[in-house]
Amino acid sequence: MSGLVMPKADAATMSRRKEIVAALQAIVPGEGVVDVASAMRAFESDALTAYRQLPLVVVLPQTVRQVSQILKYCHDNTVKVVPRGSGTSLSGGALPLEDAVLLVMSRFNRILEIDYPNRVAVVQPGVTNLGITKAVEHEGFYYAPDPSSQIACSIGGNVAENSGGVHCLKYGLTANNVLGLEMVLISGEVVRLGGKHLDSEGYDLLGLMTGSEGLLGVVTEVTVRILQKPATARALMVGFPSSETAGQCVADIIAAGIIPGGMEMMDRPAIHAAEDFVHAGYPLDVEALLIIELDGPAVEVNHLIDMVEKIAGRNGASSCIISQSEEERMTFWAGRKAAFPAVGRISPDYLCMDGTIPRKELSQVLAGMRALSEKYGLRVANVFHAGDGNLHPLILYDANIPGELRKAEDFGADILRLCVKVGGVLTGEHGVGVEKRELMPEMFNEIDLNQQIRVKCAFDDKHLLNPGKVFPQLHRCAELGRMHVHRGQVPFPDIPRF
Amino acid sequence: MTIFTPSTEAEIVEAVQWALSEGAPVEVCGHGSKRGLGRPLQTEHTIALSNHSGVTLYEPDELVLSAKAGTPIAELEALLASKGQAFQFEPMDYGPLLGQAAGQGSLGGVLAANLCGPRRLKAGSARDHVLGVRVVSGRGELFKSGGRVVKNVTGYDLSKGMANSWGTLGIATEITFKVLPAPETETTLVVRGLMDDEAARAMAIAMGSSGEVASAAHLPVNICGRLVDGVLKGEASTLLRLEGFAPSVADRAAMLRGLLSSAGAIEELSGEISRKLWQEVRDVIPFADGTERPVWRVSMAPMEAYKLVASMRMGAAADAYYDWQGGLVWMRLDGEPEAEAVRALIRKYGGGHATLVRAPDAVRAATPVFEPQPAALAALSKRLKQQFDPDGILNPGRMVAGV
Repeated sequence: MSGLVMPKADAATMSRRKEIVAALQAIVPGEGVVDVASAMRAFESDALTAYRQLPLVVVLPQTVRQVSQILKYCHDNTVKVVPRGSGTSLSGGALPLEDAVLLVMSRFNRILEIDYPNRVAVVQPGVTNLGITKAVEHEGFYYAPDPSSQIACSIGGNVAENSGGVHCLKYGLTANNVLGLEMVLISGEVVRLGGKHLDSEGYDLLGLMTGSEGLLGVVTEVTVRILQKPATARALMVGFPSSETAGQCVADIIAAGIIPGGMEMMDRPAIHAAEDFVHAGYPLDVEALLIIELDGPAVEVNHLIDMVEKIAGRNGASSCIISQSEEERMTFWAGRKAAFPAVGRISPDYLCMDGTIPRKELSQVLAGMRALSEKYGLRVANVFHAGDGNLHPLILYDANIPGELRKAEDFGADILRLCVKVGGVLTGEHGVGVEKRELMPEMFNEIDLNQQIRVKCAFDDKHLLNPGKVFPQLHRCAELGRMHVHRGQVPFPDIPRF
Repeated sequence: MTIFTPSTEAEIVEAVQWALSEGAPVEVCGHGSKRGLGRPLQTEHTIALSNHSGVTLYEPDELVLSAKAGTPIAELEALLASKGQAFQFEPMDYGPLLGQAAGQGSLGGVLAANLCGPRRLKAGSARDHVLGVRVVSGRGELFKSGGRVVKNVTGYDLSKGMANSWGTLGIATEITFKVLPAPETETTLVVRGLMDDEAARAMAIAMGSSGEVASAAHLPVNICGRLVDGVLKGEASTLLRLEGFAPSVADRAAMLRGLLSSAGAIEELSGEISRKLWQEVRDVIPFADGTERPVWRVSMAPMEAYKLVASMRMGAAADAYYDWQGGLVWMRLDGEPEAEAVRALIRKYGGGHATLVRAPDAVRAATPVFEPQPAALAALSKRLKQQFDPDGILNPGRMVAGV
């Protein structure tokens, strides 16, 4: 079965459950507190469905004041809190704990202000990513980061995970598109970071908060940049006889000074699964397929399409189709966007991994994956944000076969170790969560991790927010506060030697 | 007085450990080009990273560059240019404004001061492009964060945490930045004769169009003569920079001329003079007057900032111009810095922050140089400082008195 171990539930907290529920009901009256097991079932996992756990109690506040009171109560009474947006995390970031309050922000679903001259939208954290675009598209604007779950995922969750998407090489991640936050600290204090203006007067706390996976504070309001939609977009669908040639094509496009709006690669198993599912017209006799999208003024797009087509030809592309209509462009994307469900059709279960590598290492990593696939006896299909080196290997397994989930997890861990070994990282956009927690030491030594935990200590010294996520082990703040260097004990002369 | 000039990471660790063992606070700097910015330090000792220099990794195809913190920016920009690339956030050079030679800044200072330039709206600042750091904390420990790939969310983003920390959290020893293709072609449309409020509206229309304007600045009439040898003298100038592949630039320029035809007469500056103009806007050349007259850098919502300037002009001899679609104000005053007035106006007009980037030492010691934070936020910042530098030995008081 799964190798995941969560922190041991605190018996004292469990025994106070009634009292905690009553306290929360006093803060959020009506249906805002859910404490019946059957009703809490809806919240027992996020999009990493391999792991499930009923929370102590679920609370759905509606006002900033309620969030503040809930956190203050939990802080004063040493009760753990797991924040949750729409529950679409792929890394288990919103996995409940048996002894923790699950703080669900979905009722914060209003768009507060749209300010076109300043090009920002101010929204509550439960608004969906796509909801922001929907609210501004009649004026020709959109919100750029587009994680694949954008129809469901909340902007608060995007902030917690620093979500990306297929367009982020050109338009940036969440961190580059958020200007301001209002957030509540575990103490109940409400603070504002940034706003409609740019950059920070002091430390970049907004930068630290973005991607902190719900461990530092609870976001109650988000100010995002909205952009004018590019005038046009066209795509090329290019087949290659090998991943090496496809990879070289990507490198040459970038070397020519072109940053495409999107540049996606799929390997043979992913191409076949997607084509069988949506019939997008993908070539089936190729080893790698690139979808390259250029966006901007029509003149520019046409100019760049010509350049990219020539580069693809020089790199031995075996097929190259250029979209002639919006409909055709969407068809190119249909297969890629359906890659996950397509793989879901050919296997009872799959694990979606998320490492990033230096692009030049792609062939070596794919070869390594093939070897691992044989070792574990599990199939793997690859989709790849080719422009930024972000790999999404999909490991196919069957949870009904005893031990197979564990095998898939081990296979995934080995893939991520391989990513780190070639100079890459454990996660490009899905977050560490519970899924990659134990792998953190592959990338960071103890000093690195301790300094990250010290940041946690500055925000949440009792480690009450989202425990069991991101870090393999949370050292107590008091313990970390000790200095390893003591006055007079360092054998350095008073005169420096350099 | 001791000046450490370490040339290796190990020597930086040793220097910090020495300071810890002596209980001796140190000034942390590169080449000292921004020494005149921030609160004046009272430290006896200095750790200067000027000898810790050199590129450690540059892979143009992968869009990444790593270098030691003391590497001169000018050297890195020349290297990038040789491969057709650039720091897209075009870090400004404070040298001329602060009475120093141009081109003295180093990579560490780019991150420590979170530098950027006129492309801020479209491309971000240093914080948006930093990918990884190696840092010696005030505990004398070397830690790393981030990586050398352009997409990474593994753990807290301590690389961003170092941005705008002015050497008070740790000493970055090596920094990795994302680098991007330099624009092939650039041109600048100049709308003449607009008042500040009209300019704000024109810039908002341009930035909100599909013209993909890279930078938008407004130079009131008294500023115009002080840039690019007086080419723009005589009338206020609202500048819109367009960059990219030539056919695209031409197409967008035509579109914007149509869009703004009713705003005023439109001229165009292309190529080298356009590049020089934006560099001078970036480096605050209009106020690089060799004096210590107070200069403010104010960041507000673009449609609000001109109201602050209008109010300031009523009460004081204020000279100002705008970048970032109007949201960044560079403002020079003739007498006192008027910090309370400036900051009250920021609060009145929707918030933001003001930094007193130039003033005599005595004034900067007595006036909060960086925008004071509300109590809960100030306490959080202080706790963060304590987690990185519990003994307060790195640039103590550079940002906030007592922190």
